[in-house]
Amino acid sequence: MTEHVIKMYAKREEIYPREAKGRFATLRWVCVWLTQLVFYGMPWLQWNGRQAILFDIASRKFYIFGLVMWPQDFIYLSALLIICAFGLFLVTAVWGRMWCGFACPQTVYSEIFMWIERKIEGPRSARIRLDRQPWNADKIARKSAKHLVWGLVALWTGFTFVGYFTPIMEAIHLRFGAWEWFWVGFYALATYGNAGWLREQVCKYMCPYARFQSSMFDKDTLIVAYDKSRSKDCIDCTVCVQVCPTGIDIRNGLQYECISCAACIDGCDMVMDKVGTPRGLIRYTTDNAIGRIFRPRVLIYSVLFWTIVAGFIWALSQRTPLRVDVIRDRGSMGREVDGMIENVYRLQVMNTAERAHAFTLEAKGLPGIEAIGKGDMHFDGATTRAVALRLRVPVGAAASGSHDVQVTLRARDDASLSVTETAVFIVPR
Amino acid sequence: MADFTSSFWNWFIAVITILSVVGCGILLWSQSTHTVKEGQGLTTGHVWDGDLEELNTPMPRWWMWLFYLTIVFGLAYLVLYPGLGSYAGTLGWASTSAYKHELKVAEADYGPLFQKYAKQDIKAVAADPQAMAIGERLFMTYCAQCHGSDARGNKGYPNLADKDWLHGGTPEAIKTTILNGRNGMMPPMVAAVGDEKDLDNLAHYVRSLSGLPSDPVKTVLGKPKFSACMACHSGGGTGNVALGAPNLADKIWLYGSSEETIKETVRKGRTNTMPAFHDFLGEPKVHVLSAYVWSLSQ
Repeated sequence: MTEHVIKMYAKREEIYPREAKGRFATLRWVCVWLTQLVFYGMPWLQWNGRQAILFDIASRKFYIFGLVMWPQDFIYLSALLIICAFGLFLVTAVWGRMWCGFACPQTVYSEIFMWIERKIEGPRSARIRLDRQPWNADKIARKSAKHLVWGLVALWTGFTFVGYFTPIMEAIHLRFGAWEWFWVGFYALATYGNAGWLREQVCKYMCPYARFQSSMFDKDTLIVAYDKSRSKDCIDCTVCVQVCPTGIDIRNGLQYECISCAACIDGCDMVMDKVGTPRGLIRYTTDNAIGRIFRPRVLIYSVLFWTIVAGFIWALSQRTPLRVDVIRDRGSMGREVDGMIENVYRLQVMNTAERAHAFTLEAKGLPGIEAIGKGDMHFDGATTRAVALRLRVPVGAAASGSHDVQVTLRARDDASLSVTETAVFIVPR
Repeated sequence: MADFTSSFWNWFIAVITILSVVGCGILLWSQSTHTVKEGQGLTTGHVWDGDLEELNTPMPRWWMWLFYLTIVFGLAYLVLYPGLGSYAGTLGWASTSAYKHELKVAEADYGPLFQKYAKQDIKAVAADPQAMAIGERLFMTYCAQCHGSDARGNKGYPNLADKDWLHGGTPEAIKTTILNGRNGMMPPMVAAVGDEKDLDNLAHYVRSLSGLPSDPVKTVLGKPKFSACMACHSGGGTGNVALGAPNLADKIWLYGSSEETIKETVRKGRTNTMPAFHDFLGEPKVHVLSAYVWSLSQ
């Protein structure tokens, strides 16, 4: 018996997707415009004299319109990510890979880059011809023009990305430090590489979500499918294969490469219109083809999703922009001053809102307890500051030992803005 | 500098690291092709549930190049940075030099601000709200451990918010104290005072200086014993700022005013150290800190 050598790694086959026109292509372009207007436009929005959305990592403050998030608010980011995850699960269970086909950045940027490619190198057939022909002036000109425009779009994308972390109004003057330049370059390179070169390879080999979303699929999940019962209507024009950005033949049934972009539906509908057969030889349908949306899987995802969304909104509405820590001085137990037992604390105040406040101090928990803060207890907006706090009770008012006391900080101009912290008061023997 | 006493461990680590990197390369190269019998190789040969076979679909080639790239990266890293035993790397990177660099960057950021204040009079600095905010943070970070968050001191650590100063309360004296530190030393004086009875009498006399309740007879008997203390605490017990000797005639007591405490102080002496911050913080920061501390008692 003869032996032969097989390769564990194969050269990638270049895909030249043909432009699809139709309902779903239009929908995708709507998604491209919507997502990119948000992405490229958001950093330019101003709010109360500052950038509306700015993630200031150096000073660890994260501005989202009226909200100022601090590192202590990280739980909200976790909640947001969980919401995104369950939202994706829910969408996937009902509508399959709708996200992949219409809203995923990989799809959106590939769409933009392919549009540029078409404008410069021409349609599918011209692109194939160009790649096969030897190098000449025309080929060099077209290829360099394409990569130049790709590069510019990528750089603008990288610049915009950095604009979320460094005020973009300053960034526009390119007053960047080394790290900003690094991230502009990194993000630009990622955009250029992923949308220009890697394209479907990202979905096929790199994206973890593409791999595990099959676990959310069932027979009622919306998929792009070829209607085998109508196979006599297929004129074998292969348009569905030519338009496919992942290079598969949908007539072979559901495949893991399919990102549900519906380019083949648009392509097939166009051909069906021309030959005068009804549309829908390839269409969005489900395995069961009965359109049952409410099933245990969907209900469970929905309940989880809406519960977390409600919890998130509730938590955000309850969030007080004031954080207080009362930390006992470790140096001393307590001391006697003017007939009072005195304990010293460090009052750590984070005024996370952007408005300055003056606060009143109040202590409870022991008879005759009084709190002495510092000055007028005025704290600037969006600052954190530690000041000394003294609590005192009359000698004899409390037994020796430790007692729990409550310290309340309340804004003078807004009684609803208050925080109560428990601290330990020690009466020495 | 090696962390081990024997150079064996340096070689041990270096050889294992190099062998692992090279081994990864060999594994990658040897596994990129397989020789199989004709008609085989479509599946990996793994079968589940009797008939579920794993297809041998090849990975894209660029993926393999990424693997090789990580090996190149790893080798380049090992040449540039410390990683192979005690080899320091051609860049000479070390965490200590990285730390020094960070300090330099911070100095470039904040240095000019402190330099600006360093040129001003301490009292002028104390009138500057921004400087006082900085001073407050410096105090909370470097001073509050001993002197308390409210600067009112603890037993053995002076109160900085009152008008009583062991070594002088002028802005300049405070700055000198912070820059150079202070050593407070009261020697054990019991030998010069006499026996237990004399000590007891002396304690009563010392208490009487600040108007604390004391036995009148013991006070009278204790007064001559105070001659042993006058060299430092002066005749009326009012202390001596030049020596850092506390005023015994006021209501402020560093260690306590009870008879027992006073006797213990005389019997055993007291030693107190305020560390010097000149080398640690630098003069410009101490200047701002001095202004803050001075402002506390104004």
